[in-house]
Amino acid sequence: MRRFLRPGHDPVRERLKRDLFQFNKTVEHGFPHQPSALGYSPFLRLMAIGTRSGAIKLYGAPGVEFMGLHEENNTVVQIHFIPDQCQLVTLLDDNSLHLWSLKQHSGASELREEHRFTLKGPPGSPPSATQITAVLPHSSREVLYLGTESGNIFVVELPSFRVLEDRSITSEAVLQRVPEDSCNRRSCELVEALREHPKNPDQILIGYSRGLIVLWDLQSNKVTHHFLGSQQLENLYWQRDGSKFVSCHYDGSYTQWPVSSDNRQPEPLENIVPYGPFPCKAISKIYWQTTKNGLPYIIFQGGMPRASYGDRHSISVVHGSQQTAFDFTSRVIDFFIIFSSEPAAEFDDPSAMVVLAEEELVVIDLKTAGWPVVHPPYLASLHCSAITCSHHVSNIPLKLWERIISAGSKQNVHYSNMPWPIDGGTNIAPDPPQRDLLLTGHEDGTVRFWDASGVCLRLLYKLSTVRVFLTDADPNDNMNTLGEDEWPPLRKVGTFDPYSDDPRLGIQKIYLCKYSGYLAVAGTAGQVLVMELNDEDVEHVVDHAEADLLQDQEGYRWKGHEKLKTRDGPVRFEAGFQPFVLVQCQPPAVVTSLALHSEWKLVAFGTSHGFGLFDHQQKRLVFVKCTLHPSDQLALEGPLSRVKSLKKSLRQSFRRIRRSRVSSRKRRGGVGNATEVREANAKFDQDTLQEMELAPVQRKIEARSAEDSFTGFVRTLYFADTFLRDSSRHCPSLWAGTNGGTVYAFSLHVPPAERRMDEPVRADQAKEIQLMHRAPVVSILVLDGRSTPLPEPLEVAHDLSKSPDMQGSHQLLVVSEEQFKVFTLPKVSSKMKLKLTALEGCRVRKATVANFGSCKTDDYSENDLAVLTNLGDIQIISLPFLKLQTRYPCIRKEDVSGIASCVFTKYGQGFYLISPSEFERFSLSTKWLVEPRCIVDMPEVTSNNHVHKSGMENAARKS
Amino acid sequence: EFRRFSLERSKPGKFEDFYGLLQHVHKIPNVDVLVGYTDIHGDLLPINNDDNYHKAVSTANPLLRIFIQRKEDADYSAFGTDTMTRKKNVLSNVLRPDNHKKKPHIVISMPQDFRPVSSIIDVDILPETHRRVRLYKYGTDKPLGFYIRDGSSVRVTPHGLEKVPGIFISRLVPGGLAQSTGLLAVNDEVLEVNGIEVSGKSLDQVTDMMIANSRNLIITVRPANQRNNVVRNSRTSGSSGQSTESSLPSSTPNIVTNFMQGEEESDEEDIIIEDSGEPQQIPKATPTSESLESLTQIELLHEPTQNGFLPSSDVNLTHPAGSISMEYEVQDPDHKSLEEDGTVITL
Repeated sequence: MRRFLRPGHDPVRERLKRDLFQFNKTVEHGFPHQPSALGYSPFLRLMAIGTRSGAIKLYGAPGVEFMGLHEENNTVVQIHFIPDQCQLVTLLDDNSLHLWSLKQHSGASELREEHRFTLKGPPGSPPSATQITAVLPHSSREVLYLGTESGNIFVVELPSFRVLEDRSITSEAVLQRVPEDSCNRRSCELVEALREHPKNPDQILIGYSRGLIVLWDLQSNKVTHHFLGSQQLENLYWQRDGSKFVSCHYDGSYTQWPVSSDNRQPEPLENIVPYGPFPCKAISKIYWQTTKNGLPYIIFQGGMPRASYGDRHSISVVHGSQQTAFDFTSRVIDFFIIFSSEPAAEFDDPSAMVVLAEEELVVIDLKTAGWPVVHPPYLASLHCSAITCSHHVSNIPLKLWERIISAGSKQNVHYSNMPWPIDGGTNIAPDPPQRDLLLTGHEDGTVRFWDASGVCLRLLYKLSTVRVFLTDADPNDNMNTLGEDEWPPLRKVGTFDPYSDDPRLGIQKIYLCKYSGYLAVAGTAGQVLVMELNDEDVEHVVDHAEADLLQDQEGYRWKGHEKLKTRDGPVRFEAGFQPFVLVQCQPPAVVTSLALHSEWKLVAFGTSHGFGLFDHQQKRLVFVKCTLHPSDQLALEGPLSRVKSLKKSLRQSFRRIRRSRVSSRKRRGGVGNATEVREANAKFDQDTLQEMELAPVQRKIEARSAEDSFTGFVRTLYFADTFLRDSSRHCPSLWAGTNGGTVYAFSLHVPPAERRMDEPVRADQAKEIQLMHRAPVVSILVLDGRSTPLPEPLEVAHDLSKSPDMQGSHQLLVVSEEQFKVFTLPKVSSKMKLKLTALEGCRVRKATVANFGSCKTDDYSENDLAVLTNLGDIQIISLPFLKLQTRYPCIRKEDVSGIASCVFTKYGQGFYLISPSEFERFSLSTKWLVEPRCIVDMPEVTSNNHVHKSGMENAARKS
Repeated sequence: EFRRFSLERSKPGKFEDFYGLLQHVHKIPNVDVLVGYTDIHGDLLPINNDDNYHKAVSTANPLLRIFIQRKEDADYSAFGTDTMTRKKNVLSNVLRPDNHKKKPHIVISMPQDFRPVSSIIDVDILPETHRRVRLYKYGTDKPLGFYIRDGSSVRVTPHGLEKVPGIFISRLVPGGLAQSTGLLAVNDEVLEVNGIEVSGKSLDQVTDMMIANSRNLIITVRPANQRNNVVRNSRTSGSSGQSTESSLPSSTPNIVTNFMQGEEESDEEDIIIEDSGEPQQIPKATPTSESLESLTQIELLHEPTQNGFLPSSDVNLTHPAGSISMEYEVQDPDHKSLEEDGTVITL
C-alpha cells in the first residue's frame, strides 16, 4: 500500500530542497536555427538576428545577448533598429509589426515586446494593399514609413503605431509629376526600397520594383526627382554625402545616379554588370562605401553568371583592382557593413563585413590586406559537421586549460587579429565560477573543444582523428586554391560543411581525463583512440591492435560496414591531442560505451557484441568478453538490418528528422526550392496523419526476454576500486551493463607502478548480475562507506577530492531504463529500489551524479542523481535512498534528438540540442547559474541633444 | 485426456496386462509411461507391479483414478503421501466446504504442474463496471499476447458527458496469456496498470508501464462487454449463456493471497552468478513488503505446464455404475462460478 500514500512531508527537507534545486533554461549556445532576418544598430553596436520560428536574438560584445520570442512563432522577415534608440521593429511574415525595447530592470537590461500592430487598409481593399514590403524608421524616431505591395506608403507614429493617414504617400501622388510616356499605373507596383537622404531628413528615396525611383520631399509632400530605371529594381543605397545613390537590379547590374538640384530627371552616371556579359543573377543588395584614398568599396550580394555560378551564395567586394567574391557554403540571408557612424566623419571607411548565412555567421575584416575572416566569439556553428555526441568536463585545471588554448591558437593563425567589431553593451555577469569544457564529437571524425564556462560558447581547439586512417578523400584536393586569372574570383569562406567524407569516421564516445590530459575517443566503425596532450608537433607511428569481440563464436556474418583502413608508417600530428594507440573492434560495429582510467592506464570499450579492456601502458589487450546472445542475429548482421525491428513511431520520427535535415541542407536553389520542400514536408505530415487515422497505432505488450535483439549491446562501462570479492580487500574492478539487463563485474589486477611494465594486467570475472526485468542498464556507480560516489581517477591524487571511505561497506547502484537499484557489496543483496517506469511510465535516458550546493550556506552540498527521462522530464533523485526530490519538464517528448543529445555536468547544469546548431543550457542548481546579464546604455550623443534628453526621460520614468 | 473403462474387480489380472491395456486404450503402444493412482487418503501412489496393482484395484471405492505420465516427463517426487491432501487443503481454503461435498474427488495432476495464470482481484473495492485482472507471466513461455491502442471513451463529468482519450485493448494474440484467461477482451478500456491510473498518460507510457510490470501485471479494465460483470452481494450474476448462481463469499480466505505474494516477491529477485558459479537469486538486504493490494480473490485459475494432453493423461477407472467426472475443473470444483463465464477455463 505504501506507494499509494503521499510521501511524508518533512518541512526541513522541503526547505532544503528549495535551497538546492531550481530549474532554469539560462542561455542558448550556438547558431540560431533557420535564421531569416538580420539587423544592425551602429548606434548601439548591436546585431539582431530573427529566425523562422519567431525568435529574435540580439548580440553585442561577448556576453551581451538578449533573446525574445514572438508569440505567433512566425518567420521574422525584417528587423530595423530605430535610429539612436534602444528600440527595434520587426516585421513578421503575417504582416505584423512588433516594437521591442531594451529596458533596464533590476540592474540589467531586458528585451521586451512593447507593441504590436497590423496595418489595415480601407474596408474591401485587397490584402496586398497593406502587405508591407519595405520599412523605413525615420531618423526623427517619431515615424515609420511602410512601403506596401500596392505601391502606397503608409506612415505610422512611434511607439503607438497610430496610422497618420494625412501623411501617406500614395502612388497617385507620386505619378502626378512623372512624365506620361515613361510611366503607367503599373510602374508603381510594390515598393522595393525606402531610403532616407543621409543629410536631409526631409527627403526619402522610393524605389518601385518596376524600376522607377523617385525622391520625395516630406515637407512639400511631392516628388522632387525622377530616376527612370529600365530594369527591375532590387535595392537602393545612398552614398555618404547624398550626392549620388546606387540601385541594383534583377539582371545582375547596378546603376549610379546623380542627385542635384539642376536636373529633376537625371540620366544614370554608369550602369555596370560586374559578372557580365552573359546573363547574371540578381544583385539583391549593394553598399557603396567611400574611403579616404578615394577608391570606394563596392560590396554587393549575388550577381553571379547565371549558367555556371548561379548556384553560388556569394558576396563580392570590389575595391579598386582588388575584387573577391566570397563564396558561402549556405544561402546568404543578409549582410551589413560596419563603417564609421560618426556623422561628422567625411568618409565611410568600412572596417568589417558581417554576413549572416543560413548556417553560420561570417565576419570579414576589410581593413587588413587579404580580407581575412574574423573569428566570432559567439554564434559558433556547432553543426559545421553534424554533432554525434558530447561530453562535458567541469572544473578544468588551469594548466590543461592553457595547453588546450595554446594548441588551439596554433590552429587559428589564418584568422584576423581585429577585435570583435560588434561590441555594444556591457557584460555585467560575474566571472564564471570555474573553467568548463564541452567536447562535441562530429560526423566527420573531429572533436571540438568549447569553452563552456560562461555565456559565450567559444571554440578553443579542434581535433581531427582522420589523419590516423586512410580515407577516400585526398587531403590535397583543395577546392579553395584557385589561380590568379580565375573569374569570378571566388573565395570559399566559412566552416559549415555538412558533407562527411566517410560516415565511419564519426565520433560516438569521448572521455577526457582532466588531470592527466589523456583523451579517449571512439567511433562508428569500432575504432578506439587513446591520445595524449603534447605541446609540440610530432611524427610517430600509432600502435594498432585489434579486439575480436566475437571470440570463438562461429558462423556469424557481419553485414555492416568494413573497418577503417589505417595509415602505415609514421603520421605527422600537430600540437594538441595526439593519438598513440588505436584499438579496432571486430566486427567494426559502432562503439556504444567507453571508459578510461588514467591512473591504471586502462581503456574499456563496448559495442553491440561485447566489451574489451586494453592496457595502453603496455599496449596489450587484457581481455574481451562477448555479450551476444546466440540467437541475436540482428546484432550480428550489422546496422543495415536493424530497421526492421524499430517501432513504427520511431521510424516515422527518424524519417521526419532526416527529411528536415535534407530540407535544410539541400536548399541551395533559392527560395522557390525551399517552398517546394516545405510543401512536400507539409504534405508528408498530412499523409502520415491520415495513415494514422486509418490504422490506429497499436503497441504490443510483451515481457522482455533473453532472446530479444540487442540484449548484448554494452550500454555502460565503469571502473571502480571497491570490494568485489570480500569485505577486507578492495581491488580495481571493471563493470559493464548491457541492454538485456546484465551487469558483469571483473576484478582487475593492476601491477604497482614500479612493476607496471613488467607484469601483465589480469582480469577475472567475479560477478554477473541478471536484472529480472531485463531493461537496459543505463549507468553503474559504486558508493563508498559514506554513500558518496567514488571519485574520478586521479582526483584524490590531485587533492581535489576526499579519499573514498574504504571502512564502511560499499554499495552498488545500477540504473536501468526502468528501475534504480542499490545492492550491497561484496555480497550482492538488494537493498533499495525505485521502480520508475512501473510508477510513471517513463524510462531513464540519462542518469548522472551531480553535486548540489545550497544557495544559503556555503558548507552544505549533497550528491544526487540527475535523471533525464524519455518524456523529456528531468528528475532529481536522492542518493543513496533513491527518493524523488523534484521534477521539471525540460524537453518536449517528441524531440527525440534533443533528449538523446542531453549531457549533465557535475554541478547540476546541462546542455541539449534544440536544433542541429544550438545547445540550450539549463541549470538545476540554485548555486551554479550561467546566464547572460548585461547592460545596454544609451551612448552619449553629443551632436543630438534630443536623443540624450529622451534617454534621460526614459530612465526617469523607470525609476 | 480422459479415458474411462471398466475392470473386473475380482479378476484384476497381471500388471503387465493392465499396462498393455492402458497403452491400448490410449493408443500409445510405444510410449513408456508411469502409472499411479490415488488411494482412499488421497495419496498418489505408483502402480508398477502386480502387488500394488492388486492393492489399487481392491481399494477402489468405487472409482479408481489412475494417472499416466510419460516417463520422460514424469515427476517422481510427486508420488508419496499427502500430495493430494496438500492440494486439497489449498483448494478447500479457496472454496466453500459445502461445494466439496457435492462432488466426489476430482482428478487433478501434480500440484507442481499448476500455477496461477490469472485472477480477478479486488472485487470488493472496485465499482461493478470495472474488473481488475492479474496476469502471472513468470515461469511460462507463453507471451502476454495483447496489444493496446489509443481511443476515446465517454465519461460523466460535472459538465455532462465528455469524450476523453483512453487506452484500449486492441488485439489478443491467439494462444497468449491474455487471451487464454478469458478475462480480457478487445476494446476493453484500460483504466489502471498495477494501481496507477493511466488517464493522462500516452500510449507509449502505458506500454512502458505494462512492460515494466510484465512479470506481475495487474490491469484494471472497463470491459467492453458489461454483461459478464461480477455482481456483488447478490446471488445472481448477469452472465452469458447459462446464467447461474454465483454466491461469492464475502470473506475470502487470505491464504491464497499470502501464497501469491510470496511468489511475487521471490520472483522479483535478480540473479547473481559469483565467480562463474551457479546462478542464485539475490537476497533482500532489508525485506520490504511492497504488496499492492489486498488481494481478495474470487477466482484462481490454474494451468498445467504441460499443455499437451499426451504426456499426462488421466484415467478414470470406474465400475459400470460409477459417475464420470468430465472436466479438468478440479482446480475449482465450484463449477457454478466457473460457468459464470464460459471462457474462463482454457488450456
